[in-house]
Amino acid sequence: MAKKTLNIVESAYRAVMEEQDDTILWLMAAMQGAGAAHTVVLRGNAVNYAVAGQGAPGLTVGRWKQTQAPRMDRDVLDLVEKRKIPVLVIQEDLAVRGIQKSEVLAEVELIGIESLPALMAEFEIVSHW
Amino acid sequence: MPRYLLIESRDPFESNDVAYYFDLARGLVAADNEVTLLLVQNAVLAARPAAKVPALRALIAGGVTVLADDFALKERGIVALADGVASAPIDVVIDHLESGHKTLWH
Amino acid sequence: MTRKTITFALMDPPYESENLTTAFRILDAAVRRGHDVNVFAYEGAAALAFVRQAAHPNPVHGKDLATENHPTTKEQVAALLALAADKGCKVDWVNCGMCVDERGVGESVPGTRRGSPGDFHDFCEASDNVLVIPTR
Repeated sequence: MAKKTLNIVESAYRAVMEEQDDTILWLMAAMQGAGAAHTVVLRGNAVNYAVAGQGAPGLTVGRWKQTQAPRMDRDVLDLVEKRKIPVLVIQEDLAVRGIQKSEVLAEVELIGIESLPALMAEFEIVSHW
Repeated sequence: MPRYLLIESRDPFESNDVAYYFDLARGLVAADNEVTLLLVQNAVLAARPAAKVPALRALIAGGVTVLADDFALKERGIVALADGVASAPIDVVIDHLESGHKTLWH
Repeated sequence: MTRKTITFALMDPPYESENLTTAFRILDAAVRRGHDVNVFAYEGAAALAFVRQAAHPNPVHGKDLATENHPTTKEQVAALLALAADKGCKVDWVNCGMCVDERGVGESVPGTRRGSPGDFHDFCEASDNVLVIPTR
């Protein structure tokens, strides 16, 4: 049985247009395919990934046009629904950013920041991204 | 008692997200863990005796062991350290990793 | 000292972040103690072992190539592998293949290898501990 791993993700919108993915969420999905047992916590600015209905059109530079623009909410849904990776979101970080619960994907689980220490105790590996 | 090494690379003057990491350290202690906070890189800028970082002082008072990377201190010409902050070689990271302590980097 | 296996994930590209200065010091310390070390070089870190890095002189400070002796991360990676050989322990340095491809840094220090997230998973499963050094 794979080691239970908690991944606290705070990096947000870094290189997502270039990579057409958030590279950490992508890594989690890829590792899950290899047999990992991941859980993701979105904190800091990364809580914005759980906002439904986001996404910019593809980048255009001269005649070059991006055809596979990423959407972070779609990637979060992919983790939860397809990869069976639970995605938890720090509710205080939503609140301080003025994000209403009604804007957040129903598929994620909201948790309080104070629950993080107890949560960390449940996992064999805890990584900060 | 479970032990954690929290490595902080950011300084609280430039990044207010350091507050989250200090709060995490406090929360881990409150949950009966032994916590060491290692300041590396610009985070050591918070280690001077006169640095205005009350949150760091509170962590020390609350039982977190606070260390500052000796290389980063020398690089920045920091000689005197605030009460409760000790200089440490980078080997301390290996001490914790080889002992199986959960080790996080911020 | 009981030999341990420790896995590290690196993400920063060369020459852009102090994270790598600290990371190489940590890796060096681990190998000096005789531990086996796994490195998953992800994203920009896939360029750390690129053999076509070239040192340069420093005309601003009047130093020629030899005097400047400019560090390259490829030398640091090679030195880590050599240290491990001296110590009788192992460094398994894996560059994420897609990260290598998109950066065009496919020629890597001998002794390092191309891999994938599956390797990072295998590393984590087989290690005594894991440290991720993220980028910003």
